[in-house]
This record gives sequence, C-alpha cells and structure tokens, in this order.
Amino acid sequence: MERVLTYAQALLEATEQEMERDPSVILFGIGVDDFKGTWGTTKDLHLKFGRDRVFDTPLAEDGMTGVAIGAALAGLRPIHVHIRMDFVLLAMNQIINIAAKSRYMYGGSVSVPLVVRSVIGRSWGQGAQHSQGLHSYFTHVPGLKVVAPSTPYDGKGALTASIRDNDPVMFIEHRLIHFQKGHVPQNPYTVPFGKARILASGNDITLVGISYMAVECMRAQRCLAEVGIQAEVIDPVCLAPLDMDTILNSVARTRRLIVVDTAWTSCGMSGEIVASVAEQLQGSERPRLQRMGYEPVTCPTTKNLEDLFYPNPQKIAAAAYSMVHDNGSSWMPRHVDSPEVVQFRGPF
Amino acid sequence: MEKKSVMYEQLYRSLYRIRRVEEEVARIYPTDKIKSPIHLSIGQEAVAVGVCQTLKPQDIVFGTYRSHASYLAKGGDLKKMIAELYGKETGCAKGKGGSMHLIDVHAGVMGASAVVGTTIPHAVGYAYALKLQKKSSIVVTFFGDGACDEGAFAESLNFAALKKTPLLFICENNSYSIHSPQQDRHAKPDICGRAIAHGIPAERIESNDVLEIGKRVGAAVDKIRSGQSGPLFFECMTYRWMEHVGPNEDYDFGYRSRSELEPWVASDQVSRIAQLLDEEARREVENTVETEIREAFDFAEASAFPPSEELYTDMCENPCG
Repeated sequence: MERVLTYAQALLEATEQEMERDPSVILFGIGVDDFKGTWGTTKDLHLKFGRDRVFDTPLAEDGMTGVAIGAALAGLRPIHVHIRMDFVLLAMNQIINIAAKSRYMYGGSVSVPLVVRSVIGRSWGQGAQHSQGLHSYFTHVPGLKVVAPSTPYDGKGALTASIRDNDPVMFIEHRLIHFQKGHVPQNPYTVPFGKARILASGNDITLVGISYMAVECMRAQRCLAEVGIQAEVIDPVCLAPLDMDTILNSVARTRRLIVVDTAWTSCGMSGEIVASVAEQLQGSERPRLQRMGYEPVTCPTTKNLEDLFYPNPQKIAAAAYSMVHDNGSSWMPRHVDSPEVVQFRGPF
Repeated sequence: MEKKSVMYEQLYRSLYRIRRVEEEVARIYPTDKIKSPIHLSIGQEAVAVGVCQTLKPQDIVFGTYRSHASYLAKGGDLKKMIAELYGKETGCAKGKGGSMHLIDVHAGVMGASAVVGTTIPHAVGYAYALKLQKKSSIVVTFFGDGACDEGAFAESLNFAALKKTPLLFICENNSYSIHSPQQDRHAKPDICGRAIAHGIPAERIESNDVLEIGKRVGAAVDKIRSGQSGPLFFECMTYRWMEHVGPNEDYDFGYRSRSELEPWVASDQVSRIAQLLDEEARREVENTVETEIREAFDFAEASAFPPSEELYTDMCENPCG
C-alpha cells in the first residue's frame, strides 16, 4: 500500500527528520510554535525539540533574517518561516545583500546555510498583500537557490536537500499545494537541485507549470487529452539553478511551449524560460512560445474578479489548443474545478 | 607597575599600528593602487582598541564598512588586509570584498558590510548560536550612530534582550552619518535610552579615553562571559578626523568646523599613550610596527591579481542559480 501524505505533512516530516538527525538545525518564524503550527507544517516541533531550537519570533522580518544569518555563520542551520511571501519583502536587504553574497564577498571564508520558507497565498479573497508570487525577485540574484516544488514527494525531498545545503535556499510553497496528496516515502531522502520533473509525457505541446501552476497544468493536460492533444507537463521544481535541458529537450520535440507562472509575467520566470528557449533553439525551426501568469493588475479580493486574475486549467487548455491548431480555431474545455480553490475556506 | 607598562605597550602598539596603517593607506590612495572606497578610522581608534583588549581570541566581532580599526585591534591579519585593499588574490577575501568587507574568521573578525546597520542582527544571531552551543565566547557588534537610525538596530536590541544573548553593543558615536549630524536625524538624541527601553543596561563613555573604555567595557565583558548578564550596551563618543570616505580632510565644506576637531586632537589617544611609555619602549614599538607595515604593503604589491577563473568561484558550494 503506497504511503500517502499531504504536502503540508511532507514538509513537517522533512523538518522533523532533519532536526532529529542534525542538532544544528533550528526553526523559527512568526507562529511556528502556535496551535496551528504554520498549517501543520511545523506543528508541535517545539514540544519535541524544545523552545531553544523551535521558537516564535517578534514581528521583525529584517532583524530576524539577520539573526538567522548570524546563527548560520556560527554553524547552525536555521529554517526561517514566513506565512506569506509578501512579508519577505521586509527581509530583502538581508537576503539579497548579505545571505546571497556572503560566500563570495568574503572570498569563500564563510557560508550561510539558511532556509527561508515562504508561502504564496491564494483564494477566498487573500487580496493584494497575501497572494504574491515573488520568486523571480530571488532568481534574479546569483547566490540564492530557489525551489518551488509542486508535489508532496518533491516537497519533502527538496526541503530536506535545502536544509542540508551549505548555502541559502529560498523554499517557496503555495498555500493551495499544502492540500495536495501524494506518495511520500517515510525514510529521509533528497531531490536534487536543478532537476525538473516531467509530470506527464506528450509530443504535441510542452506546458511548464511553476509551483501551483504545475497542478493546474495537469488539469489542463487531462482536458487536452480529451480533444486528442498530448501535452507534456514539466514542473521545474527548482527555479535556480534551472534545469533548462529538460525543458529544451521537450520543446525541441513538441515545438510548442507555454510557461504558466503563479506570478506576473513581466520580467519573471516565465519570460526567463521562454527567452532561454528562444536563445537555445534559434536557428532551428522556431518554436511557438507563450507566457501565462497573473493579469497585469493588483490581485483583487472579490471572487468574480479574483477568478479572472489567475490562470486556470480552462485558460491554459484553450491557449494550448490554439497554439497546437494554429489556424485561428479556438476551443474552450468544459469547466474544470480546481478543488483546492473551490473548497478553500478562510480566514487564512 | 611592570604589568601596567606592559599594558601601555600593548595599547600603544595597537593604537599606533592602526593609525599608521591608515596613514599609509591615505598616502598611497592617490596612486589609485587601491581601487575601492576606503573609510578611515583615524581619530576613532581608541574605541576599537579599548574594547578589543578586553576580548579573548575566540570572541567574535562584527564591524562596519569603517572597520580597519576593529579588524586590526581584534587581530585580523595585516598583510591580508592590505592585499585585500589592493585587490590581490592573497587578500582576506581574495580581492572580492575590498576595504568594506574585511574578514578574518581565524581571528574572530566576521565580515563587515557596506549597508549600514546590517551586521548588528548577525551579531545577535551569532551570540544566540553560541548560547545554544553552550560556548563561553561572547560577541561584540560595532556600529555607528547612523546605524541607530535603522529598523534593524531596534529589532536587534529587542531580540538580543529577549533571548539574553552574550553580546556587547558598541556604538561608535562620531556624531555624523556621512555629513548629517545626529541632531538632524534624532528627535531624542539619547542612544543609550533606546537600549535601556529594550531592557539592556547602557552607559555612555564621553572621553574617547582608551583606558577608561578598557576598564568599563572590561567589567561588562566579564559580566556577560560569566553569565551574570545578558547583552550590555556602550555608547562611545568619538570623532572621525578624515572625510567620510576617502583619504582627505573635509573641514572646508561647511558641514563641520575645524574647531570642532581640535579638542579631539588635543586628547588624541595615540600621542597620549605614547607619553606613558619610556622613550626606548616607544621607539621599539614604532620600529616594529613600521617594519610590519612596510612588509604588508610589499606583500600586497608583490601579490598577484586573482586569475580570471576566480570570477566564478565562491558563489555556492554546489552549483547554484
């Protein structure tokens, strides 16, 4: 019988196993030791490992990121948790100016083994400041690893790899992925940085879905199969370093690519991937390329506008259909529910 | 008496060495061999020297972009420092950091930062780790009055006090953030009061007197090390003689006057401690230091620039983004 966990349970298990294995791992962030335990991902770890290793923090993202860096310089392995990625903006100075640069600007004499976990919010009116996917801010800067796995298996393995890594890692998780269920082995394991995962194979079009959009791309892929289009779906898992080889191999075969991001498209990961494909495959038959992401507006709270703001399986499938047929014909699949979106109840 | 003269000799060696190193840096600067900003500590040496003489080798200091003094006072390698300023591969950061990012992990000198206030929370986190690891070392964070404007300063005070970390806050108050005087930036220019408000005992040392600093800070270091106290705070009044950045004076630009400098020169700690040594001892110290400085500059001159492939090393241990 296959062992099945939710993504949230997989993150909890990775953290618990690594804290057990290595006493230098510490965990902190706003509310990590409260009764909700970061939606279960940190629940009750303070009872097992004590409050010196697992602690709540003052509301001081900048200062506490500096504290994490200092602790890392002293040989600890801090995991700093942010319940919303929007709050990480308060810590940008420490992450960009210090964590990313320390090893280099100090000539290799120090390392900063730090994991910054942050959650992209969505649904039920999370609105302008509880919903942003800002991962491209971090992929822009050398010195940071950025991972955003979409499956419970990769969630556990990538978090374990992040904790064991000797350099700073931005671990990005989407709130709606927390509910995903999937096979997760009990024993500790790592998934490598810089290795994408092919979630579905196909020859007609390549769909690259970042974070939660990998889940939505899989739904689009099932719709497309009903009209005879075999889409290949790739979850990059790791955004920096990025496994372009897997994407290029796929696009060289399908000659069509849509990158769907849980972020705006301007200056983002979707543009980065499309540009790399354009650079690498120029000279051969030019592939069709498209970016999809948030609408270029601030995220609204009201439901009908919020639904329009995000990419969804219907929009993805319709775009893929148009690209494959390339004759102006359009098609819209039947309505596809994304159960996490439909079932989500607030307040957070 | 014997013990005292040894102490004076050590203090003089440290003070004179920092002063002369920086004078040499200033002298060489117009040749453009040091192609990077420098922020001289001339006039402020007594704070770094007074504090660091109370520390043990395994103690840790975090500094600022104006860190030549604390780097040297804590035992940072002089040759590697000058080579770093010259951008040579033998520098303390292999030529990739420069004057603003001096580091010598073996001497307990952690990396300095060019972004004001940013290393204060590092010191807090480092001290938290030492406590968790049950080590007896302590951490010192040096920062200026400008850093006290930053949010990270207040956040650091709070967390350091909350967790009773073995940490000494040393504010080197030279009254200016670049060219902006403290009274133009602080509604209430009471920096000690801010520490006290966060539950950290704080004292102001007005004199820039290296002996007084050593005595008062030394007592605090003992308290922290023995676990009788959590973090403690000193605001050390001092004065930057040279311009904010660069090798020159800046008294003709209207933001401060030479008369403001004069009392600080009159109480200069390098000349003062020199007078406490007998002539022979003083000359001995000076000769040794001069030789050491000459060797350090020769070492920097003779060292190679990093090879091109160094551009790509030291980003991450494993391949990174």
